Amino acid sequence: MTVESVKTQFFQFAEPPDPLILESGEELGPVTVAYETYGTLNDQRSNAILTLHALTGDAHAAGYHESDARPGWWDEMIGPGKAFDTDQYFVICSNVLGGCKGTTGPASINPASGESYDLDFPLISISDMVHVQRRLIDFLGIKKLLAVAGGSMGGMQALEWLAAYPERIGSGIVIATAAKHSPQQIAFNEVGRQAIMADPLWKEGCYGAHPPAKGLAVARMIGHITYMSDTSMTRKFGRRVGENGRAHRFSSGSEVEDYLHHKGRHFVKRFDANSYLYITNAMDSYDFARGKDMHQAFAGLKAKVLLMGFKSDWLYPISQSREIARACKQAGVDTTYCEIDSSYGHDAFLLEIEEESHLVKHFLLKVTRALARAHGEAA
Amino acid sequence: MKSSTLRLDHKMILEWVRPDSSVLDLGCGDGELLDLLVRERGARAQGIEINDQAIFQCVARGLSVFHEDIDEGLTGYGAKTFDYVILNQSLQQVRKLDTVMQESLRVGRQVIVGFPNFAHYRARTQMFFLGKTPVTPALPYQWHDTPNLHFLTISDFVSYCRERCIRIEKSACITDTSEVKILPNLFARLGLFLVSNCTPAG
Repeated sequence: MTVESVKTQFFQFAEPPDPLILESGEELGPVTVAYETYGTLNDQRSNAILTLHALTGDAHAAGYHESDARPGWWDEMIGPGKAFDTDQYFVICSNVLGGCKGTTGPASINPASGESYDLDFPLISISDMVHVQRRLIDFLGIKKLLAVAGGSMGGMQALEWLAAYPERIGSGIVIATAAKHSPQQIAFNEVGRQAIMADPLWKEGCYGAHPPAKGLAVARMIGHITYMSDTSMTRKFGRRVGENGRAHRFSSGSEVEDYLHHKGRHFVKRFDANSYLYITNAMDSYDFARGKDMHQAFAGLKAKVLLMGFKSDWLYPISQSREIARACKQAGVDTTYCEIDSSYGHDAFLLEIEEESHLVKHFLLKVTRALARAHGEAA
Repeated sequence: MKSSTLRLDHKMILEWVRPDSSVLDLGCGDGELLDLLVRERGARAQGIEINDQAIFQCVARGLSVFHEDIDEGLTGYGAKTFDYVILNQSLQQVRKLDTVMQESLRVGRQVIVGFPNFAHYRARTQMFFLGKTPVTPALPYQWHDTPNLHFLTISDFVSYCRERCIRIEKSACITDTSEVKILPNLFARLGLFLVSNCTPAG
């Protein structure tokens, strides 16, 4: 079962004279936020869960839009009877600041010029993304979220929620992520950015209707390599020859090449090259602990934490999840940490639904009970 | 839960643990004991477990658990973080037993240890008459397929505590159904101990 057909909604704030002040000190406004909701907010407004998307995700997390062939990006987790059970919970997902799927980003119109921002768009951070989400939660009239949940860059946002607005959340579900990027993670992103910027069509970001499709496609191909594992690639492609034969003189004609070309071509139709630059920069610049020991950033946290990593994930290796787990432990945070056996690599966080669902479902029940108890004691 | 359906070792541990205390269960398995301590003693409970299926069961019980090897799992905790650290049926399976014991005594105000008694008479008779590594209800594994790395007796543990200056505050030597008062090292299947450091820290 999936949620009924859904529509993206829009919320606007930071109109003059009250622009959004970014972490960098720069100002931005007005800001539009694209978001979707599934399920019903209860009378106490205590059953809301904010889901947080990864690098190239969007507000469309579940169900079908009218024109959709495929459902939203986390549809297997969000819906009636699923892990984020929309019969019980009110699930929210919004497109991140800097994105290109309805929320204000570099492709949006700059009110000062009447044209798209392009590189006049200020640099944004994970903390800015979370700040914008908090404004959305305020707008929806929700004082305290039952949970924030996300994987990969969504996991970074979940961590940032724990650091920035601990009193506004009952729990954080943090999946396959890092408290800060390692040099290897930054390196892969930098190659992606260089591919975009090396494309002559990029034109310092002012490409209008003719985007640097080749550069962006290469960036996406690199991404896809890092999302899979050696095992999952071997299983998926072996050394089979692709249907399209040799794409160029130096191609071996392997199916994996076809696959990457297909992914690249598909991606440029749905994603903006400048957004890719801005968002990867936000990920690479993020440091949950702001240079301090990580456990200090968790100190005194009342929210419960569910932390998951995947053993074959080499982009966000399990050691990074362990580091977060250790910090939670040191800070005395009520934490459940699970390393899930999977051969899918980083993609596992979107594919290992059974294990993830089991953990999330029971964890949310526990958080609901604990919040109800705390509410009862306070009343 | 009716106390008659309780495992005797769980029942003893339940009696030893004060209400509203904090508990770290090392090798908590499916979380049966921790769940009991939460419901019957209002314990603030945390488990450490290496088996992922067991972790899924813990989470289904609403417990908080870390997926970790006990041998490495204690370093993150500060001194006296927990009122009790429990090593029930797991001490004999750790690689660095001495380190795990010392770490448990550092992290917990008191430590509860439970282990199968290798000197139980059924084990002894199998050794003596058959000349074979014993397989008993408390030690159910074949020599070639066992998670147990250490084979200790109740007397061994008592000597160990003396050597390491560990104070035995309480002990219970039990079979599946009753406590053994006479010749426990011969007749008890399990040894249970509540221990602490002789020199109280701080």
